Amino acid sequence: MSYVTKSPWIIHYDGSSCNGCDIEVLACLTPMYDVERFGIINTGNPKHADIFLVTGSVNEQNISVIKQIYEQMPRPKVVVAIGICATSGGVFRECYNIMGGVDTVIPVDVYVPGCAARPEAIIDGVVKGLGVLAEKRARLPQELADERARRAESPRDEDDTTEDVITVDVAGGADAAEKGDA
Amino acid sequence: MSGNITVTIISVAAYFILAPFIGGLLAGIDRKLSARFQGRCGPPVLQPFYDVFKLLEKEPVTVNGAQDFYVACCLVFMIITGAFFFAGLSLLLVIFTLTTAGLFLVAAAYSSNSPYAQVGAERELLQMMAYEPMVLLTAVSLYLVTPIYDDYGSVLHSFNVIDIISHTHVGVQYLPGVFIGLLFVLTIKFRKSPFDLSMSHHAHQELVKGLTTELSGKTLAVLEVSHWYENVFLLGFVFLFFANGTALMIVVGVIVCLVAYFFETFIDNVNARMKWQFAFNASWIVSLVCGVVNLLIIYIAVIYFGWGV
Ligand code: SF4
Repeated sequence: MSYVTKSPWIIHYDGSSCNGCDIEVLACLTPMYDVERFGIINTGNPKHADIFLVTGSVNEQNISVIKQIYEQMPRPKVVVAIGICATSGGVFRECYNIMGGVDTVIPVDVYVPGCAARPEAIIDGVVKGLGVLAEKRARLPQELADERARRAESPRDEDDTTEDVITVDVAGGADAAEKGDA
Repeated sequence: MSGNITVTIISVAAYFILAPFIGGLLAGIDRKLSARFQGRCGPPVLQPFYDVFKLLEKEPVTVNGAQDFYVACCLVFMIITGAFFFAGLSLLLVIFTLTTAGLFLVAAAYSSNSPYAQVGAERELLQMMAYEPMVLLTAVSLYLVTPIYDDYGSVLHSFNVIDIISHTHVGVQYLPGVFIGLLFVLTIKFRKSPFDLSMSHHAHQELVKGLTTELSGKTLAVLEVSHWYENVFLLGFVFLFFANGTALMIVVGVIVCLVAYFFETFIDNVNARMKWQFAFNASWIVSLVCGVVNLLIIYIAVIYFGWGV
């Protein structure tokens, strides 16, 4: 059994939004909903996080922020898009500076629609994310071994470990972007 | 003599094996209690263990190799500190090894270029400056109330933990001020509010996670385990004030340790975080008023009036 599902730590980022979903995410931490009973901690640090909660849509200026947070999270990691803004751009979709949902930049694993998404729905989304997290965890050793093998075959500069991850992720993001546009 | 060595080996081994369990459980109870204080249900008591196992499963990502090494050294020195303590060796040795462990942690934070880690490291150094005088005063005070006799009947004093716990004096009787001072700086050592300046267990602060910002996965797990070791050993310090070699006082000592831990959790929950200036001033003032005054009285009693000799 994987422990990652028993102690999912979360990082939360709010993009272009009305802050409605943002507040609902924080409401999950209150005594009323108390997500800590599932071992969930709201960390402010991508390097400690397992689940990336994004509320709000993506605009030209926060693309790099979202990518950076995602890339800094050690695997296995899961992205949960919360609210219709994060899912598809929502009411902001037609704005000149909006790219659309989070999946235009990084791969998203769980979508929680709603405007605003209710805390119950958010918790449900995170719990769905745990299933994905467990699958990813099971694949991780193989992935790491493959990467090591690849690096051994084609040695590049010394410090290219993170770059490797970035290449993989950006490719995933580009895929998603095409789908989003279509 | 060989009997003593056996006891020493057993207690050190017990510390080595049991401390992580006790420390982890204490951390779990701490989180559960905090949740209850806040009217929440809280995570399972075993949550800290889940967290550490989870961290061990994560992808290894480090900013540089030196960092892992420093954090590993921190754990090793923390274990050595406790081993010295539970082997009954000199308190001074114990304190200096503890400081070394702390310095390795600071070095780990400095070795990354992250501004958050760097500021965290600086604050950690300030915290060390804040608590160190009181910790040393504690050692000196316990030394003064532990007279032992050499073969010719003249009086010596002893820093050795084994002498302190087996001596018939109950330390806290003579050192109430020092005890209060120690409890005060323990808040810093346990990293509790209002003094959790360098690394906060609570989310969203201006320093992200301070010292631990750049640590992830296994490295963070190692650090977490070293905290468990540290907490158990620090409670041992509290215990020294009560032990007098009898079974009754051992029970009392353990109960007081648990109460002290509860008290620290409580303080954590009813306080906001203070600035480092406050932490620094407050702990030095408390050290001075409670610690030095108490020490002075005992010193005069021992040296001029031959008390306890
Ligand atoms: S989905 Fe609705 S509530 Fe949530 S951020 Fe968008 S507009 Fe606000």
